[in-house]
Amino acid sequence: MIDWWLILDKVILIVIIFVVSLGIAAYSTYGERKIAALIQDRIGPDRAGPWGILQPLADGGKFFLKEDITPKDADKFLFILGPSLFILTALMTSAIIPWGKSFVFGDHVFSLQVADLNVGILYLLAVVSIGGYGIMIGGWASNNKFALLGALRASSQMISYELPMGMAIISIILMSNSLNLREIVDMQQGFHWNVFYQPLGFLIFLICAFAECNRAPFDLPESESELIGGYHTEYSSMKLGFFLFAEYINMFISAAIISCLFFGGYHFPGIDSLNMSPNLAAIVSICVLFAKIFFFIFFFMWVRWTLPRFRYDQLMRLGWKVLIPLSIFNVLVTGAWLTFVK
Amino acid sequence: MAHFCKINTMQLTNRSKVASVKTLNWVEKLYLPAIIKGMMITFSHIFKKKATVRYPEQKRPIAGVYRGVHVLKRDEEGRENCTACGLCAVACPAEAITMDAAERQKGEEHLYREEKYAAVYEINMLRCIFCGLCEEACPKDAIYLTDRLLPSNYARNTFIWGKDLLVEGTTPETRIDISGRKNNYEMNV
Repeated sequence: MIDWWLILDKVILIVIIFVVSLGIAAYSTYGERKIAALIQDRIGPDRAGPWGILQPLADGGKFFLKEDITPKDADKFLFILGPSLFILTALMTSAIIPWGKSFVFGDHVFSLQVADLNVGILYLLAVVSIGGYGIMIGGWASNNKFALLGALRASSQMISYELPMGMAIISIILMSNSLNLREIVDMQQGFHWNVFYQPLGFLIFLICAFAECNRAPFDLPESESELIGGYHTEYSSMKLGFFLFAEYINMFISAAIISCLFFGGYHFPGIDSLNMSPNLAAIVSICVLFAKIFFFIFFFMWVRWTLPRFRYDQLMRLGWKVLIPLSIFNVLVTGAWLTFVK
Repeated sequence: MAHFCKINTMQLTNRSKVASVKTLNWVEKLYLPAIIKGMMITFSHIFKKKATVRYPEQKRPIAGVYRGVHVLKRDEEGRENCTACGLCAVACPAEAITMDAAERQKGEEHLYREEKYAAVYEINMLRCIFCGLCEEACPKDAIYLTDRLLPSNYARNTFIWGKDLLVEGTTPETRIDISGRKNNYEMNV
């Protein structure tokens, strides 16, 4: 028998998460411009609406109204597939994130996680890897040397930094004995945040998250000054919008993943001693998770407007010669500690 | 040769720093302390005073002697000073000023100070170089440059300003104050 309640629950949750992801991605562009301005002693957008809060709507509207150009020599099918795949995978990763404690209505439990997968982290890594294809296909289909170079850089960067990222996650999995993201979050209940047990793992994961999101200082695939936009050089209108949107969604999701893996997800110290009703506790837990996510989104932007871009050989050296040995060392130490000390 | 060496070793200021190529120690090679230091610097800038001037609403203070768009002055009784003598047009190096003179009719004594006046007085603001030679040439105290900025526009033909835009009003509120420029001008002369 089909559980219609379950399907209804999931559909409602999926719609909410899509709307929230897109909304946060839109307002991340505003936040980015505002934070960039503040750091550079400027004011930033303040014309559209009070404090410029309608700016993302104006930008989005502009994306829709711009002429949609497809280059003459571009591969028409792949040219459309690239950005579609990129934004699809960006939105798909949010499925495994536990957004908060469950709501309880009578005897009906409304879980705030779309898919409580027991291989949640594997799913995450798999989907993020497919996201790399979006960039590669987009860059290849453009039939433009700068776009191809950008795509080439993106793919090599993603491959290089997925390895230490996976290794950093392995040390977390060793500690939690589970690939399920909700179990990893619940393990950190109280103040047992993984960041205190895995500081090196956190650092590696953070650096790799920057690289996976193509954010500065790892924004080589789209470096404006060298590659005039990199893989999305030939894109215009909403296809370009998809690429830019997907990047901000990726940033939002990686902020959520960092919060879940290392900063206790929706838990905060003393949440259990307050004795709240389940629904109130659920609302508070959502707010706690989003506070952590917003902090990390701010952190991403803060780093972007502080550090200059890596040179390409420096990027590869950091990935292969520093982060991978460090992450292997981290896994070994964690394993030894769990085997012989604990 | 020895002479050149002596010049090269001469110390001109005490601000010069000795360049060093020392290799980084292992803490410096981590780059993290330097990155944290840099991030603290950028974070502190969030709370610093902003350099932005929100232009149409806020304006930068302008010096009294600033040479902005022109004004055609009236005297105390509200009569136009300009007698259309054409000296400003002659003085103008950019040939931005054109005018048509007309004779004052009976009953117009309250409008024009002297028997001859400018029926048409046009300044092409795109030609004008805001040098101020027109006000120096004017024997009748009629034309002055002010501290007002030339507003931008989409159409070129809107930059030919006639008397409707140039002549100041008669009421105290619509008078244009040129005292800052006038004082400076008289000081220099």
